[in-house]
Amino acid sequence: MNAKSVAEQNLVDAPIDRRAFLLCALASGAVLGAGELAAPAAAVPLGSNAETQSDTRFTFEARFYEKLPNRKIRCKLCPRECIVGDKERGYCGVRENRGGIYYTLVHSRVCAAHIDPIEKKPLFHYLPGTTAFSIATAGCNVNCKFCQNWDISQSRPEEIPAEYVSPHQAAAVALQYNCPTIAYTYSEPVVFAEYLMDTADAGHAAGVRSIVVSNGYMQHDSLVEAYGKMDAVKIDLKAFTESYYTKVVTGQLKPVLETLVTLCKMGKWTEIVYLVVPTLNDDDAEFRGLAQWVKANLGPDVPLHFTQFHPEYLLKNLPITPVPTLERAKAIADAEGLHYVYIGNVPGHPAQNTYCPQCRKMLVERAGFTASQMLIRKDSTCPFCRHKIPGIWHA
Amino acid sequence: MTDLRSQSRRNFLAQCLTGAVALGAGSVLCAEPEQATQGAKSTVVVARDPMLRGTGTVVDPRRMGALLDRAMQALFGGGHSAAASPENAIAAWRRIAGPGDTISLKVNTLGGRGIATNVDLVAAICVRLQQAGAKAANIVVWDRDSEEMERAGFRIAIGGDRVQCYGTDRVGYEDELSAWGSVGSRLSKILTRSSSVLINLPVLKDHDGAGVTIALKNIYGAIHNPNKYHPNGCDPYVADLNMLPEIRSRMKLAICDATTAMYEGGPGFKPEHSWKPNSLLVSQDLVAIDYTGWQMIERKRAEMGLKTLEAEKRAPHYIATAADGEHRLGHCDPSRIAVVEV
Repeated sequence: MNAKSVAEQNLVDAPIDRRAFLLCALASGAVLGAGELAAPAAAVPLGSNAETQSDTRFTFEARFYEKLPNRKIRCKLCPRECIVGDKERGYCGVRENRGGIYYTLVHSRVCAAHIDPIEKKPLFHYLPGTTAFSIATAGCNVNCKFCQNWDISQSRPEEIPAEYVSPHQAAAVALQYNCPTIAYTYSEPVVFAEYLMDTADAGHAAGVRSIVVSNGYMQHDSLVEAYGKMDAVKIDLKAFTESYYTKVVTGQLKPVLETLVTLCKMGKWTEIVYLVVPTLNDDDAEFRGLAQWVKANLGPDVPLHFTQFHPEYLLKNLPITPVPTLERAKAIADAEGLHYVYIGNVPGHPAQNTYCPQCRKMLVERAGFTASQMLIRKDSTCPFCRHKIPGIWHA
Repeated sequence: MTDLRSQSRRNFLAQCLTGAVALGAGSVLCAEPEQATQGAKSTVVVARDPMLRGTGTVVDPRRMGALLDRAMQALFGGGHSAAASPENAIAAWRRIAGPGDTISLKVNTLGGRGIATNVDLVAAICVRLQQAGAKAANIVVWDRDSEEMERAGFRIAIGGDRVQCYGTDRVGYEDELSAWGSVGSRLSKILTRSSSVLINLPVLKDHDGAGVTIALKNIYGAIHNPNKYHPNGCDPYVADLNMLPEIRSRMKLAICDATTAMYEGGPGFKPEHSWKPNSLLVSQDLVAIDYTGWQMIERKRAEMGLKTLEAEKRAPHYIATAADGEHRLGHCDPSRIAVVEV
């Protein structure tokens, strides 16, 4: 595991807001002080940095759509298959029909950027102890009532400040800050697929990998093409019932399960996060059904993270997930034969560590988002019993 | 000018029925709860001026002002005089807003100049509001985006002792969410901080998802995430949105600009699918105005040989939802709507 430089440590620990970081990373490399963007209380004339709907820098013809009569289009990016009339946008809010041509409005339009430990994604079996230059645009193709990034995921791009970050610039920043990976995260990368693909290409050309944190709610072709460029994928599987997906997520479960199967067939390193929301998706039958499905369709070695919910957005009335609930979920998944079941958002819990499924020795010790000890050998085996530990452990 | 006073309400409804299966369908779709106030009716004034554009294509601002006055007088009393008096019109406006009010006029400019709220209509409203005692600087004409407003013919005006005119893009949305039912949105600060009275100024057009987009859906321009509320024909989102207390407490009047309307291809402007009713629909019941406007669109569709919106699987079910027992935002049962033609 590489020791962090002082500058890198400061970036990880400093309470810098996302936009300030991006500004400094692009301009000078020096860390600026954090500061909230002022919200004008009265109407003001347009400033030179104001984002407008007509900002052509960010607007490119979209991929994954088909033209229909009367200047309509059908988006083919995700299972919603929005049929979008002229001057309208898709559900995601970041793709717009203009005269029968569908455009992405967010190419290179980064509204959130930060350097995060890879464990924060969470990806536990991918380059532990390293950092990822994490970026996002506005938009999302679902509307989870518990979204902690709703201020950007549920906004239209012109409503939130953003910076122009070209794919090459993103790769350059990752290199500058010794991040072996660019992470597409925070909002929903499906909706900025074009930017994701171009940035992944630029990153790979520069020796920087790419990972995505996604809801997996996408169509097969866009999945294969966009996430085919990823070096690892983390999918948020919100629940294991269609009713939850309908009522709480405004999405569908089945396409997400299909995404997971496809990723497995593609050989993509994949980890799954299941956010446990009290009273809504926390019963034993659901945990058991989920674990059985994962084992049968993806195999026992796919890491499954049960993470703790915190009240947010439209679910502020629910309590934090009790730790015993998470432990119960883990116990059920363990009993069903899954090898790598974690508990997330509970710093210090022993279920954040990685253990060899054969000899039960601890292989990776984690404290919060920090991997403090990593014992897995270069050949990805357990140092104690030589059992193969699946994952991408070394650069 | 055709004397519309001779047309009784029965004749008007009969016209709606001719070739318009929709009215029957609308009645089925708009079954109101039994508990609705018995005998209470909502009035929708349909004011027409066939010579609104004279012999040309451009609206005559003076005739627009007269049309507006006639509509307001008919809604708030004063009889069906062919020529409404300015005094009566001003008195009508005093029922809406007074000297201490901050008044916002939510226009609709998304479709572009061809199908946007008419600038002359808005100007006439601003004149009458000031004559009723409102200060110019306390009146704001607004929509989501300033550029869209400019493309529709509005001139952005910020500050000074004049009617204000700008989009939410200039001030932003509230940080906190406002939620009701299926809707959770950030509201335009123009609505929340510059309005004690909200006047809804939609246009009359069909919508490829919702069926129609008139007064109730015009409020989509007040929130930060309207794109999240288009599934299922915008139902129940349109109704739930209009239940937000910040909106419901301020909404006083809707004047639907039906000088130019669209029956197909909305929301963007399709001139080949537009027609010129040269009308205003005015009501304090947004559900009733939406229902009435919907029937106008269905009648035109029938004239043009098009299927009903129901047959095209895009009937505006949100209208019935807005009238149901949970929302009670107004009436969509034609037996509870008094359509007054002037």
